Amino acid sequence: MATDQDNLPFLGGKLSVINVGLDKFATELADHDVPVVHLDWKPPAGGDPELAALLSKMGT
Amino acid sequence: MDIIEKANEEAIRRMLGAEPVLIEVVPAGDIVPNLRDKMILHAGPPIAWDRMCGPMQGAIAGITVFEGWASDLEQAVIMAASGDITFDANHHHDAVGPMTGMTTVSQPMLVVENKTTGNKSYCAINEGLGKVMRFGGNDAEVLNRLSWIRDVLGPAMGKALRDMGGIELKPLIARGLSMGDEMHQRNVACSGLVLRALAAAMAKTSDDATALSEALAFISANDQFHLNIAMAMGKAIMDPVRNIEGSSIVTAMSRNGTDFGIRVSGTGDEWFTAPVEMPEGLYFAGYTEADANPDMGDSTIVETIGLGGFAMGAAPAVAGFVGAGAASEAANYTHRMSEICAAENPEWTIPSMDYLGVPTGIDVRLVVDSGIAPTINTGIAHREPGIGQVGAGVVRAPMACFEQAVRRLAEKLGIS
Amino acid sequence: MEHTLNKVFQGFYKDSVALMRLSRDLAAMDGVNEAALMMGSPSNKQILKDAGLLADDGATAEGGDLILAVRAKDSDAAKKAAEVIETQIMSQTRAATGDTVWQPQTIRAAAKANPDANLALISVPGEFAAAEARKAISRGLNVMMFSDNVSIEDEISLKVQAREQGVLMMGPDCGTAILDGVPLAFANKVTTGDIGIVGASGTGIQEVTTLISNNGGGISQAIGVGGRDLKDEIGGISTLMAIDRLDADPATKHIVLISKPPGKNVLPRILERVGQSAKPFTICFIGASDLELPSNATAARTLKDAAQAALGGDAFAEPAVSGVSVPKGRTGIRGLYSGGTLAAETQLILLDAGLKVASNAAVPGAGSLSDAGDMHKIIDLGDDEYTQGRPHPMIDPEIRRDPLAAALADSTVDVVLIDIVIGYGAHPDPAGQLAEMLSTMQRADNPTIIASVTGTEQDPQIRSSQIQSLQAAGILVAGSNADAAMAALKLLGINS
Repeated sequence: MATDQDNLPFLGGKLSVINVGLDKFATELADHDVPVVHLDWKPPAGGDPELAALLSKMGT
Repeated sequence: MDIIEKANEEAIRRMLGAEPVLIEVVPAGDIVPNLRDKMILHAGPPIAWDRMCGPMQGAIAGITVFEGWASDLEQAVIMAASGDITFDANHHHDAVGPMTGMTTVSQPMLVVENKTTGNKSYCAINEGLGKVMRFGGNDAEVLNRLSWIRDVLGPAMGKALRDMGGIELKPLIARGLSMGDEMHQRNVACSGLVLRALAAAMAKTSDDATALSEALAFISANDQFHLNIAMAMGKAIMDPVRNIEGSSIVTAMSRNGTDFGIRVSGTGDEWFTAPVEMPEGLYFAGYTEADANPDMGDSTIVETIGLGGFAMGAAPAVAGFVGAGAASEAANYTHRMSEICAAENPEWTIPSMDYLGVPTGIDVRLVVDSGIAPTINTGIAHREPGIGQVGAGVVRAPMACFEQAVRRLAEKLGIS
Repeated sequence: MEHTLNKVFQGFYKDSVALMRLSRDLAAMDGVNEAALMMGSPSNKQILKDAGLLADDGATAEGGDLILAVRAKDSDAAKKAAEVIETQIMSQTRAATGDTVWQPQTIRAAAKANPDANLALISVPGEFAAAEARKAISRGLNVMMFSDNVSIEDEISLKVQAREQGVLMMGPDCGTAILDGVPLAFANKVTTGDIGIVGASGTGIQEVTTLISNNGGGISQAIGVGGRDLKDEIGGISTLMAIDRLDADPATKHIVLISKPPGKNVLPRILERVGQSAKPFTICFIGASDLELPSNATAARTLKDAAQAALGGDAFAEPAVSGVSVPKGRTGIRGLYSGGTLAAETQLILLDAGLKVASNAAVPGAGSLSDAGDMHKIIDLGDDEYTQGRPHPMIDPEIRRDPLAAALADSTVDVVLIDIVIGYGAHPDPAGQLAEMLSTMQRADNPTIIASVTGTEQDPQIRSSQIQSLQAAGILVAGSNADAAMAALKLLGINS
């Protein structure tokens, strides 16, 4: 039998997701009553991968 | 990068710890550092005469006549073009100015002192709407008004402020935000609050009832009277944030009608510039986009401290200039700006957004990464000198400035 | 003839911003040359006059009156435009302003606005995925990275950063996870139970979790780690962290590892960690042989073996595939797979039966497709060569059409093996689509088609409905992918 302790959420808190990319994944998570924020994602640094990489090294 | 985060924390600490107080009004020649005769300070990053836009040249001609350096506008233009007059950016002299931003020796300057750090910043007094020098106006009406401000209003305000011990600006802004101002395009509430704070002291220190009445009437009739106070305050808050090693926080945003320029704490006093963009907005009767001058002025200092376009959520009436004008849309502007800022200001909050603090400390890294350019609320000047304001709207800071700043900061920190 | 029309609304106030907006709309109308709406103050009337917009009516207006002024090419145009705007003025006071909802654009803003968020699910193009993951990890979020085409250098640095932060980095190229019973990306709705899975393979996890769930067991957590995690360069960072988590998780009683054979240097580290646990492990390193396992671990050759071992080792009570006909004198097996690990499992079963096998995703012992000759061909349709610029076959099974037609027309092919993978993320009706595909193809004396369905009754596509569609199309259905491969061997008269 599952005890209360057995039901502790695996990630330390109730699963809550930030979805970055395919909106289908966000819709499906919402169907499972998982709190999900779907980002209005745009390629970082205006789509310049070199600048995006530089920025991620600067701690964005 | 720990060094950047730590440096930005320090920058935010200095911004939020500032105690700006409007202490007096003094002629520029007596107080603005390194300001000389035949020298004109202008808005934006430094620019030479031949690259200046029409309204800027118009204003320079007008102020040259006003100062008595030339007898008429024509002679003034010749002097300006021939190098007889020295130009420099307001920002290089602890000063700011709206639109063309003319600062010269005889103009009375609002003085805001940051009591925490002791530094002072200066801005001329707002001339009102319509045909005015900050929009390039330079005819007799404009110059007469400037004379009256110099001879009557400035001294009257200076006396009153000294008598009352100044006006604390932080609580004034907090109240203005709760009354629907964002302090760039809408200053109705704050202008009223300033008048309320000044009136008694002006009456007490005046010995000329007519002059007093004219001065009070002038302030009452000008919804944007407080803008210039907010600008001097912004400069007084941001100057102590300059030169923090590693910080990616913007310390100044400014435009001269040709270039948009920014300065970033961790890259010192270097300007990162790009061609200024055209504002989008609504026009007064009889004018269209075709009449508009590109974006101009030091007033973007208010966005730099989290007001203006960043506090749009406090002023849904202003959001009408750019879209359908729903209150939720105004709030979205503020949310969007919070994505590019390091912090929120706990003292300047927006009641209708559950007391969210205004987004504070523009981080160039976040601007470039997100592609979200700072939104600036602005007036729109006519492209021809001498006509004045023709509309109002918003403009985006050019991304190229921020990209240059990011690369320079990375270079300074040895990140590649 | 140009006409200037003024209309005065007495005692009607609107703020200047609203009026400027209306002015703009009015000025943009057909035949209108100039227009403005202003309150009738003296200064405004002067502005209207200067703009040639003030008519006699307007001149009489007072400060509290609203003036609508329009100058148009003729009086008809002016009247028409004024009427439209008048309707707008009146209706605007009632029109509700639609609420617009703020959607954050950056992970930073989303995390700030949602401090409870604990997982970032990243599926943006590979060239940007690492930067997004870095942002998520530095904010203390666990990451599931569905994106692929991420460099191995980025993968290493992300996993090292995740380890320092104490968060899980699942992926890149992690297609499947089940956390607290919630299927993420490509995963199935399974029964919750006490078996934890760590897998470097998406379809491998799907096959094992669904077999366990369909045979009376349940899953505590299923953690994907990405296909390269057990390579020596990566060092199994995520696998080791996932084992730590499951080892410490009181709800997990048994742990299953699924992967291709690990790198030489990683293998001992993984097995050492397994040996330190008090929990029983099942190790399914597909294609690996002669593993020296710690005493708490059991080796499984196939995915089905792994599921059986996790449930105590008894064979599943699966009905044998019925209707297997006599051989037609041909000898070839052709596998057309959407799941890479399912294709690998089939290769192993055929190799174990002594057959020569070729594949574009060959396991140790199998040959490459280019020199296949008479060998049995197992094709992974999810491989890059098939998916360039197209969706993965699990999303769009259309990729199977041409290879299927070719197999049906190939006189050497006796059995075609097909995997149908359902669940979240997958095509809404892959069996129906396969049936439709077959109905367009000639198959008088065709090869036998044997399929299996990876999924559960709780999945949106419903496993039993998928099986019915397949059977109605004349396709034999096995209980698992391994059973399908075994049925193919039986059909060819090969005893495995």
